[in-house]
Amino acid sequence: MNFSRRHFASHLAGSFASASAAMHMGGAIAANADEMRKNRKSAILLWMSGGPATIDIWDLKPGAPTGGPFRPIATTGEGQICEHLPMMAEQMKHLSIVRSMSTREADHMRGRYYMHTGFAPNPNIEHPGYGSVMAHELIDQRPGLEIPPFVSIGGGSAGPGFLGMAWSPFEVDPNGRIRDLKTPGGRGDRLATRRAALRAIESGFIKRTRDTPATEHAAVLDKTMALMTSDQMKAFRVEQEPDAMKEKYGDDRFGQGCLLARRLVESGVPFVEVDFGGWDNHDNIFPTLQDDKLPKLDKAMSALVSDLVDRGMWEDTVVIWMGEFGRTPQINQDGGRDHFARAWSCVVGGGSLAGGKVIGSTNADGTAVDSDPYSSEDLMTTVCRGLNISTDKTFTSKNGRPMKIAGGGRVIEGLVS
Amino acid sequence: MIGRTGGSDRRDLTNRDGMLKYLRDSMARNKPYDKLVHELVTATGTTKPGTDGFNGAVNFLVGKVNDEDATLATSSTSRIFLGQQVQCTQCHDHPFNQWKQQTFWEFNSFFRQARGLRRFNGNQMDIDHAELIDQDFAGQAGDPENAVIFYARRNGRTEAAAPRFIDGREVSASGFIEDSNRREALAAFMLESEFLDRMIVNRMWSTLLGYGFTRPVDDLGPHNPPSHPRLLEQLGEDFRASGYDLKRLLTWITASRSYGLDAELSSKNEVDDPTLGETPKFSRFYLRQMSAEQLYASMLVVGGDPGTGSYEDRERQRRQWLSRFVSAFGTDEGDESTSFNGSIPQALMMFNGDLTTQALDESPRGTLASIVRSEKSTKGRVNRMFRIALSRKPTAAEMQVAAAIHRRYGEERMLSDMWWAVLNSNEFIMQH
Repeated sequence: MNFSRRHFASHLAGSFASASAAMHMGGAIAANADEMRKNRKSAILLWMSGGPATIDIWDLKPGAPTGGPFRPIATTGEGQICEHLPMMAEQMKHLSIVRSMSTREADHMRGRYYMHTGFAPNPNIEHPGYGSVMAHELIDQRPGLEIPPFVSIGGGSAGPGFLGMAWSPFEVDPNGRIRDLKTPGGRGDRLATRRAALRAIESGFIKRTRDTPATEHAAVLDKTMALMTSDQMKAFRVEQEPDAMKEKYGDDRFGQGCLLARRLVESGVPFVEVDFGGWDNHDNIFPTLQDDKLPKLDKAMSALVSDLVDRGMWEDTVVIWMGEFGRTPQINQDGGRDHFARAWSCVVGGGSLAGGKVIGSTNADGTAVDSDPYSSEDLMTTVCRGLNISTDKTFTSKNGRPMKIAGGGRVIEGLVS
Repeated sequence: MIGRTGGSDRRDLTNRDGMLKYLRDSMARNKPYDKLVHELVTATGTTKPGTDGFNGAVNFLVGKVNDEDATLATSSTSRIFLGQQVQCTQCHDHPFNQWKQQTFWEFNSFFRQARGLRRFNGNQMDIDHAELIDQDFAGQAGDPENAVIFYARRNGRTEAAAPRFIDGREVSASGFIEDSNRREALAAFMLESEFLDRMIVNRMWSTLLGYGFTRPVDDLGPHNPPSHPRLLEQLGEDFRASGYDLKRLLTWITASRSYGLDAELSSKNEVDDPTLGETPKFSRFYLRQMSAEQLYASMLVVGGDPGTGSYEDRERQRRQWLSRFVSAFGTDEGDESTSFNGSIPQALMMFNGDLTTQALDESPRGTLASIVRSEKSTKGRVNRMFRIALSRKPTAAEMQVAAAIHRRYGEERMLSDMWWAVLNSNEFIMQH
């Protein structure tokens, strides 16, 4: 082994030192946190995986043959909603229902992609989803952020597409526990030497292949090292919330996920998605909704909205509720509803978006939109507006094709002043 | 075939062990592909190894025939083996492939004699395993001699469908097994279809080279022309002529020039970048992550496999590890996603997780100790480490880093940190 290269050894010693210096920068940044917290926008997407029957939740058709058994109740906003959401009814002055969503993708994977990205799936290009786009656009508002800017709780969300791996969702369980965060056996102090060794191998390989996956891997490793030593990781410790708060949100996965989302946003994370599955109700839909899905939704979502309002965060936080599509007005032979994208509802509010409104309408049996129809592109454009993100900006995808955020949608009328 | 999560849900009739056992045994014997497909499509028997009448092949369909009129059996069989994407045509004619809603329900008719039955544990209420059987099908018109099914067109009209293959060939519509075993008839049609050959060739090419001749790999037909049609056709024909010998197909592809190319992007081939939406031209090897399964196996090989425990124990450990990176969307198509995509959770696992800890084991039975034993000089040990994991000697720059760490912290720590870095490097984690 060659020990004579003194200049190289000293160079390396320097690099171990600078690596550990970088790890202690968190404290200095924390001092400016209050300053940065002002004007910091965030969004929380409540993703109803499976495609919820919005005709039974936000746009009831009592008396119609397709209406199902649920009754509507009055809310603090303009519209009526399902009787099994009494706590949400109290919060509806803060949220608006878009009853005129009309889309074309009624397959789960296609619908998931389309509603997350504002683009129909295309085998030749991957578009970034809400979380990646918004994190990318809002990151400049939080220069000291060491934890991932896009966290997905309890589900897979959508990928970063052409924005690259650095913008992919950081997936966690609703309990906020992160595996393998600590180096076992008290070897945490070795990070600097390990990093120096790793850099030498990584950079050689990047130079040889010149391919994107190699570069992206190095970027992800840097972020991972920053996160391992960051104080900000305490944002994930949802178990430190008072019992009363845990109770308020509900102790199921979705409830705890919503509570974790609030903690993360409070700590500066610009985009959080909370997954709530189980809406693919091809059979036995009404008991499932009444006994399981709606009570959990009611508790967690109303807790989230009121908590954000109470903490003075509502004007800076947009909340979006949606799934990949709605469900058929026709009730099938198994007592369920099937996939249906032509006429359904989403719910949004917070940020600079209007609350308490009902936008658009469907016909008497819920089979068609009878007002101006809105698309995923339109919804995404509106959410961007609610967060002061410009949709005029054009991303250049890797092949040089210009891509508008939200696929060139238009603002949903009545939600943006 | 059953995805990464099939059989994990309590209510799912699929038995993962049974599926895996069947596939392992088939691959070990290099079972001809046509035989494999025939067995998977027509199998009857029980799902769980060790039970009476066990036939692992039933696990492909047993969880897909009971619910929602076997629509999942229909879309999976046609997509996996024939590259026909039909899931949308359950409800409407396809806008741009040749499938009509009628074709979907005709194809679906072949599965309507199949039934997954629950088999209980003694007189207890627990389901122990399941059995896939064929039984007479009465049809929906009350005439088992002409056991048609009905489906609703979008315009509200009801249409009838009877078993008919995608190329128009029909079999008797009788629902009685003794007149016509519908899955047998379907398998016979499938084995004659050239889509069968092309699909497996396309899949194998894609598995080895990162991209197939079409995107997605399992969507074949005039609406989605392949990038290299002559190669795909020729390989398909040769594969059929070889007696569906999967090992030979594997050999042909891995011996090809395309497979042997370096993963290097240069001024001569920078347009050949499929991540930009370009059609793959295979002028280089496309750099990509190993899958979770591949990385797990690789870590055991280089990091020292404890080699203890029964096959079942080891398989359970493997599955537990893999399950961390996969989540099911809980939808009727069995969709799932993997977080093993090169993002932070994966990096944390490679930095600090069990497999890495095991690979850094400092006891005499660990890999590091065996590296120390096998080479006399420090340099030789570093060399060996690189050869084991990266199949090359370290570069001068890498040797210098090793020397610097050695100087400051001693050999033991240097070897351990270098080994950690090698296993975490892009060069180890990626296929190139």
